Amino acid sequence: MSELRPDLANISGWIKPGSRVLDLGCGDGTLLDHLKIHRNVDGYGLEIDAENVTACVRKGVNVIQSNLDEGLSEFDEDSFDYVVMTQTLQAMQFPDKLLTEMLRIGREGIVTFPNFGHWRGRTQLALGGHMPLSRALPNEWYNTPNIHLCTLKDFESLCKNLGIKILKRSVVDTAHRTTLGMRLLPNLLGEIALYRFKRA
Amino acid sequence: MPQSIAADSVGLVTPQTRHVNQPLSLDCGRTLDQYDLIYETYGELNSDHSNAILICHALSSDHHAAGYHSNDDDKPGWWESAIGPGKPIDTRRFFVVCLNNLGGCRGSTGPTSLNPDTKKIYGPDFPVVTVRDWVNSQERLADSLGVQQWAAIIGGSLGGMQVLQWAIDYPDKLRHAVIIASAPKLSAQNIAFNEVARQAIMTDPDFHDGRYTEHNTRPRRGLMLARMLGHITYLSDDAMRAKFGRDLREGKLNFGFDVEFQVESYLRYQGQAFVERFDANTYLLMTKALDYFDPAADCGGNLSKALKHVQAKSLVLSFTSDWRFSPSRSREIVKALLDGDKTVSYAEIEANQGHDAFLMPIPHYFDVFRAYMERVAEEGCP
Repeated sequence: MSELRPDLANISGWIKPGSRVLDLGCGDGTLLDHLKIHRNVDGYGLEIDAENVTACVRKGVNVIQSNLDEGLSEFDEDSFDYVVMTQTLQAMQFPDKLLTEMLRIGREGIVTFPNFGHWRGRTQLALGGHMPLSRALPNEWYNTPNIHLCTLKDFESLCKNLGIKILKRSVVDTAHRTTLGMRLLPNLLGEIALYRFKRA
Repeated sequence: MPQSIAADSVGLVTPQTRHVNQPLSLDCGRTLDQYDLIYETYGELNSDHSNAILICHALSSDHHAAGYHSNDDDKPGWWESAIGPGKPIDTRRFFVVCLNNLGGCRGSTGPTSLNPDTKKIYGPDFPVVTVRDWVNSQERLADSLGVQQWAAIIGGSLGGMQVLQWAIDYPDKLRHAVIIASAPKLSAQNIAFNEVARQAIMTDPDFHDGRYTEHNTRPRRGLMLARMLGHITYLSDDAMRAKFGRDLREGKLNFGFDVEFQVESYLRYQGQAFVERFDANTYLLMTKALDYFDPAADCGGNLSKALKHVQAKSLVLSFTSDWRFSPSRSREIVKALLDGDKTVSYAEIEANQGHDAFLMPIPHYFDVFRAYMERVAEEGCP
């Protein structure tokens, strides 16, 4: 089996075996497939892209083709143990509303996103004078799907405003590593942010 | 005539007929003491009988889903695109069964058959059959074919309704349900279209209260109108624009009421061709079966409750431009299955062909369909 994407490997460890998971923007179903095999997790993925939907079906991952920007009203309150959204929050029309929805449907929420506060991005903007490009953010400004980028600080202040309690935070680089520096200065040195949270 | 039959066709096929002597109680309160079901099969039933697939047909189709009846046929079965070696419903792996439903006019007992009690054809006296009645008759056929559990039951439109009914009524007799371009019940708009179609037929002076055969005639104009109306609703506005636009047959306006626009020519052709192969009483029955279908009604309108005991894993598919059975109708089925924590996947196929899209080999549609059917084949019998 090929190695799991760093943020996925991390969250997989946060999810209790045997639980029920909804994966928003589940891509080709890698996380749900992994969770099903290794943690006996039962779940559904929501995905907009046709090829990804086919890939999920091929893996035997339950996938519902849908547009997250149209909301999650089909799902009942507290119908999942975890609602997960990896590398998708920053591409949403209304990230704040979606976070609230995640905690209506699930007991806990898990998100990962590229940290816009990473030092390399800051340097590119401050010294180069252009929008940052990195392994975590590879698109040019004009064709990026990432319309709502944020830093760790931004995300945490939004959570505070929405009455969301952060249970766990972790930062990694794109190669899966967490260094001591990242732990000390996460908003400056972390490339990808991972959060687990619930209603306060 | 097919110059040569394609390698990915099931080739020449011969329909078979099963005579059932066991009485069938119908929803309408009447009983059919005996009846015939005509069906075709493609592929081989494996030794543990675990690779059987049932195809449920829609309003105007029949048991001839794939292949050719003879080398002189100009057209293959109605779902040739999806059934055959290497196709989504791969006949190298599956044993595929498709039958003509009761009330049909293509060989199963229906209004054009002889009523054994009166020795006359049934005509309008054939009982009004429902989707549930069909499923019960299909279950008898399964039994006689030695199929205890279907690997999958697949259907589009009215066919998808039969799949849903199977999953509700016989939860342990199918492992997978593939429901394409369907709905959990018709909308008022849908019933309205059916009513106009029925009125077209019943007000035709040649209808004779359904006893047209005794009068040596047929309500050709009414049936043709019904079919023309149907065709309008099966296509999308975009599809019609792309196919016909406002193209004129003779390149100029004639200021008369003959066929001028290509779309008129198409509709008349489709209507006339349909009249040659279809029976008006059967058309009336099929539209009634559509109108009556509403499995949630038994549960106070709660579809989630109606689907509570479903065991089959499901694939639900819809098409973006289908306004007769729109994606939101398929989402109702998906939601009800999600409410019950059922195993379900759903794809909304980008397609501009309207309701007809379900018969077409659209790449994303067939990719998902094939991927799903490969899982069905690999899973085998649990």
